[in-house]
Formats: sequence, structure tokens, C-alpha cells
Amino acid sequence: MAKELIRLVNCQMAFDDEIVLDSINLYINDKEFLTLLGPSGCGKTTTLRIIGGFLQPTSGDVLFDGERINDVPPHRRKVNTVFQKYALFPHLDVYDNIAFGLRIAKLPEDEVDRRVTEMLGIVSLKGFEDRKISSLSGGQQQRVAIARALVNRPKVLLLDEPLGALDLRLRKDMQNELKRIQQAMGITFIYVTHDQEEALSMSDTIVVMDKGKIQQIGRPEDIYNEPKNAFVADFIGESNILDGIMRADRLVEFFGRKFVCVDSGFEKDEPVDVVIRPEDIDIVAPDAGHLCGTVTSVTFKGVHYDTIVDFKGFKWLIQTTDFCPEGSVIGIRLNPEDIHIMHKSEYSGMFGDYSSYSAEYDEIADPEYTEEEDDSESREEERNEE
Amino acid sequence: MKRFNFVFTVIVMLFLYIPMIVLGVASFNAGTDIAVFKGFTLENYSELFVDKTLIPLLLNSLILAVLSSLIATVLGTMASMGIHSMGRRMRSLTMGMTNIPLTNPEIVTGVSMGLLFAFIGIILKTQNVLGFTTLLIAHVTFNLPYVILSVMPKLTQMDPNLEEAALDLGCTPRQAFFKVVLHEILPGIISGALMAFTMSLDDFVISYFVYGPSFRTLPLEIYSMVKKPLQPKIYALFTLLFISILLVMCVMNLLQARDEKRGHNLTHKRRRNV
Repeated sequence: MAKELIRLVNCQMAFDDEIVLDSINLYINDKEFLTLLGPSGCGKTTTLRIIGGFLQPTSGDVLFDGERINDVPPHRRKVNTVFQKYALFPHLDVYDNIAFGLRIAKLPEDEVDRRVTEMLGIVSLKGFEDRKISSLSGGQQQRVAIARALVNRPKVLLLDEPLGALDLRLRKDMQNELKRIQQAMGITFIYVTHDQEEALSMSDTIVVMDKGKIQQIGRPEDIYNEPKNAFVADFIGESNILDGIMRADRLVEFFGRKFVCVDSGFEKDEPVDVVIRPEDIDIVAPDAGHLCGTVTSVTFKGVHYDTIVDFKGFKWLIQTTDFCPEGSVIGIRLNPEDIHIMHKSEYSGMFGDYSSYSAEYDEIADPEYTEEEDDSESREEERNEE
Repeated sequence: MKRFNFVFTVIVMLFLYIPMIVLGVASFNAGTDIAVFKGFTLENYSELFVDKTLIPLLLNSLILAVLSSLIATVLGTMASMGIHSMGRRMRSLTMGMTNIPLTNPEIVTGVSMGLLFAFIGIILKTQNVLGFTTLLIAHVTFNLPYVILSVMPKLTQMDPNLEEAALDLGCTPRQAFFKVVLHEILPGIISGALMAFTMSLDDFVISYFVYGPSFRTLPLEIYSMVKKPLQPKIYALFTLLFISILLVMCVMNLLQARDEKRGHNLTHKRRRNV
């Protein structure tokens, strides 16, 4: 097991009596890629700023390598940050931006040169040394920001939504790039994002946060397959969440029918939330299924169809490669491993009903999505013409 | 409509600049009568440069303006940093308070400063407390708000992450200021300094209440001369003064224009990054 590097103990943060972080307990291992994931205002950036030293927790301890570092100012911490808006120094060129930290540390100039050149190679920006920051594209600025932080060989790199400003294609490329850099340099990444896909594809560990509290910590697979409550189930991927009653271990009742499942350890007759992932549902003939419903809308998504099916007034999302026309009656089968049971929580009943389903859910679920992403490219071209 | 705009602009320009043109023409007039142009001459200028009283006074004014604007710039920048790091409520309160002296009638400021120095003189039991020091203090005082007023917007426009990035990369707060923040707010500092310089150079009202016999400035001397008919060399001096202030203002506008262009690029970029 990897060595523990950072630990937050009962960290609480309040701004003017408004609690933004509520008793956060978290440890981060050496060489781990950990993602803080949550909607805006969930406290993920605050957590990052506490680790970076820009905020001091109202109460609680921050430990680094076992030492309390609450009062250590940012410039004495062995962490470096990649800021959301990059925060590159506009009066310096690419080379001088990357060399900034090394020169502050008063390294000999030949060592500075060696390391900056090496770093430019790692982020594929060779030949950009003398370019002005304002002449770089978003993706290039992003890589300068990463290089500027990594060149100091920090033990931990903090990244605050570093890909939020990039368009989709570039974002995918940079995700792979970041993962590659992290593995190549063998350092800890703490990554803040609201993008669940980004979190799932890059992280070793995901910390799901909402309303200043940690909702769940786990490997991406665990978070996706075994969400702890309705919030996590809904925030990570798509979920149908139903009210059910646990009749016995491995036996749950919903829609007036008993289903065999794989979960146990609940009280007898305990009300629970039942999660069924849209891609796990098998469509069969109406008379062969466990449940029978009417298709109310179908949207083609490329890989699959998003099919909304009405079961006794409760609408489910089913993702299937079989096309079922609107109005047709279908049956579904649920295998025991497709059913995931969760304890009731404050989030019960808030998510998981597709009655108000919109085919544009992907865009709407992404708060950072703006039309500007499209026209940023055209503006980029404008700039190149200049 | 366009033609009307043009004509109107010309009229306003004439209205603003005719006095200066008259002065300029008078400075090249060979005769002493303003009403009659008796021929072009540079004699007024050559007379001016050998004048035993005016040149030292001009130097005095320049020394005072340079020193007071420098001190005000340093203090004002430091104050801006302090105000910037305050909470929102305290910040607007402090900004309001620094702005009040700007609108305060100069004569009130002058009289109150004169009174203050007289009071200090009594405490120190000296007869002539008024002199270079009191002038310098007074000029620094009325220059400070101008500096703060032009530095503050630069600080609020600055990406707060820039300073944090510098700290993050190992800078002490002092290094972060000199290596990063200063570069960002420099245009504001320069325009503040230039504004302070011109304010100080031509100040008469406040100076009048705090100067002593040991140190006089050009505006003070000229004011005392007004009672007698003005010598033509004064016209020459004024013309030169006007041209130099005009140059300073041009530099300031150029800097501002360049800065705005840069600021525009930045907001342009930021919009893309939303």
C-alpha cells in the first residue's frame, strides 16, 4: 500500500458564518491521482485551496507527511498549483514563466535551462520558448501552466479545473496527457472538476462532494457501481432511482414485485433507494419481462438509443442498441447484479426520475457549457490571421 | 450631421485653445503691447533663459514636483495594496475617505494646512516652521488621492490568482509584489505619478498658505508679479510650461491607450475561457 502523504482532519471552513466545508476527513496517498468531484459550490475548490495554503481552515488540521502545516504559508509548501484561469505572468515569455519558480529558488542558470528545456519537451512546447503568453491558444497556455508548476518537482500538484476552459476535443487529449505526465513523473495529483467523465477516466480515487460534505470516497468503479446515496448515483452517470423496501437479505420489493439482488445487511422491511443503471436493463417481449411499460420517447445517441419508458407513471431511462419505436409496449428483465440498493438519505426522491427528461441532458448537466465554446474556435482563427 | 459634428468640434477646440494660442503668439511678439504684433522674435525666450530670478524658481518648482510626486507615488501604491486587501465594506469606506480631499476646495485644504503648520510651529516654539518641508508635506498630501485613484483600478482588474501563483512558486509576499504584481499595476502607477507631478507643478492655492520665505515656487512668484504689468518673457515661460505639461499629458494618454488595448486583449481572452 502506498504511503500516506496528506491528511485533512475534521477540516471546517466558514466564510462569514456560512459553512462551506463541514468536517472534511480525507487522506491522500503518495503518487495517487485523486479527484475532488462535485457541482459548483460543493467545497471542492476550497479544499484544494486549503491544501495549497491559500486558505486556513476555520478549524481542523492539515497534515503533510505527518506534520501539521496549517500555518505554513504557500511559498513554503511542497505543492504547486495549476490555476483554473492559468494565471500565467503576462509580462514574461513562455520560457521565463516556466523558469520562474526555479529562479526564485536561486538555482544555477544552467540547471534552470536544463530543467525548463526538459519540461518543454514533456508538455510538447519545444520551440515556443520566446512566445508571448498572449499569443498562445488556450491549450498551449494550459500546458505552460502545467510545466511552470511541474518544473519545481513538487510532491503534489494541485489542479483546479484545469481543462474547464478547453473545447471538448482538446479536453480529451489533455486528459490523456495529464494522466501520462502524472505516471511519468510519479507524483501525487489532486484534481478538482465538476466533470464526472473526466473524473472516472483519470482518477485512482474519486472524492464526491456536495454541500461542503464528502458524499463518497472510492475507486472510479466503486463509485459508479456502488453509489452510496441518490446524489452520487445521479451525479456519476445516469441512474433510475426508485423507492423500494428490503424484504430480506438479497430480496428487494419495488413496483409491487420482489426482485432478487446482491445486496445484504439492511434491516428487514427497511425503505431503500434502488438504483438501476440505464445500460444494464435488458429489453424483452412484453410477456417475458419482469415489468411491462410503454415507450414514450426515443433519442438516437450514436452508440445507443436513449429510450424513455413509462412504468406505471414512473419514467425510466433505458440505454439500448435495440430500437423500440415510440408507443410500443416492451418488457424488461433485471438481473440480480443490475440492482443496486442504497440506504435512504437526504437526497432520496430528488433524483432519478426521468419524467421531465430532456434529450439535451448532457449539455444541461454541464454547468460550464456555453455556446462560446463553439465560437472560441472562430476567434482563434481570427487571432492567427493577425 | 457629420459635417455639423466636425464644425462643432472645431468650435469647442478653438474655445479651449484660443487663450493658449494668444499667449503663444504674444511670446513671439517683438513689441510689448499685446494688441499689436510688431514682428517675430525669439528675444523673449533668450531673455528668459538668462533671467536670474525665474530660472531658479522654475528649478524649485521642478524639484518640489518631482520629490512630492515620487513620495506620493510610493506611499499611494503602498496604501492601495493595503486598501485592496481589505474586506469589501472597509474598502469602499476607505476609498470614499481618500476621495473626499479631491473634491474639497483647494483653498480650504490650503487654509487648514496653513493652520496645522502654524499650530505645529507654536508647539515646536519656532518662528519659521514654513519652508520647503511644509510645502513638500502639503504637496504629498494633495497628491496621494490621485495616485491611489489611478492604482486601485489596476489592482481590482488584476487576476487575483497571479499573486497566488507567485506565492505558490516560492515567492515571499514581498517578492510576489516586485516580480509580478508591480508589473501588472505599473501603468496605473505611472499615470498616477504623472498626474501628481503636473498637479504639484502648477499648484498655487495650497502652496500659498504653506510656503515660507526660504523656498518659493514659480507659480507663487508669478502670482506676485501679476500686480505689475507682465513682462513678455513671462509669456515665453508660460508657453514652455504649457507645452511641457501638454507633452506629459500626451505620454499619459498614450500609456493609457496602450494599457487599454492590453486590457482589452485580456478580457477578450478571459471571455473565451469562460
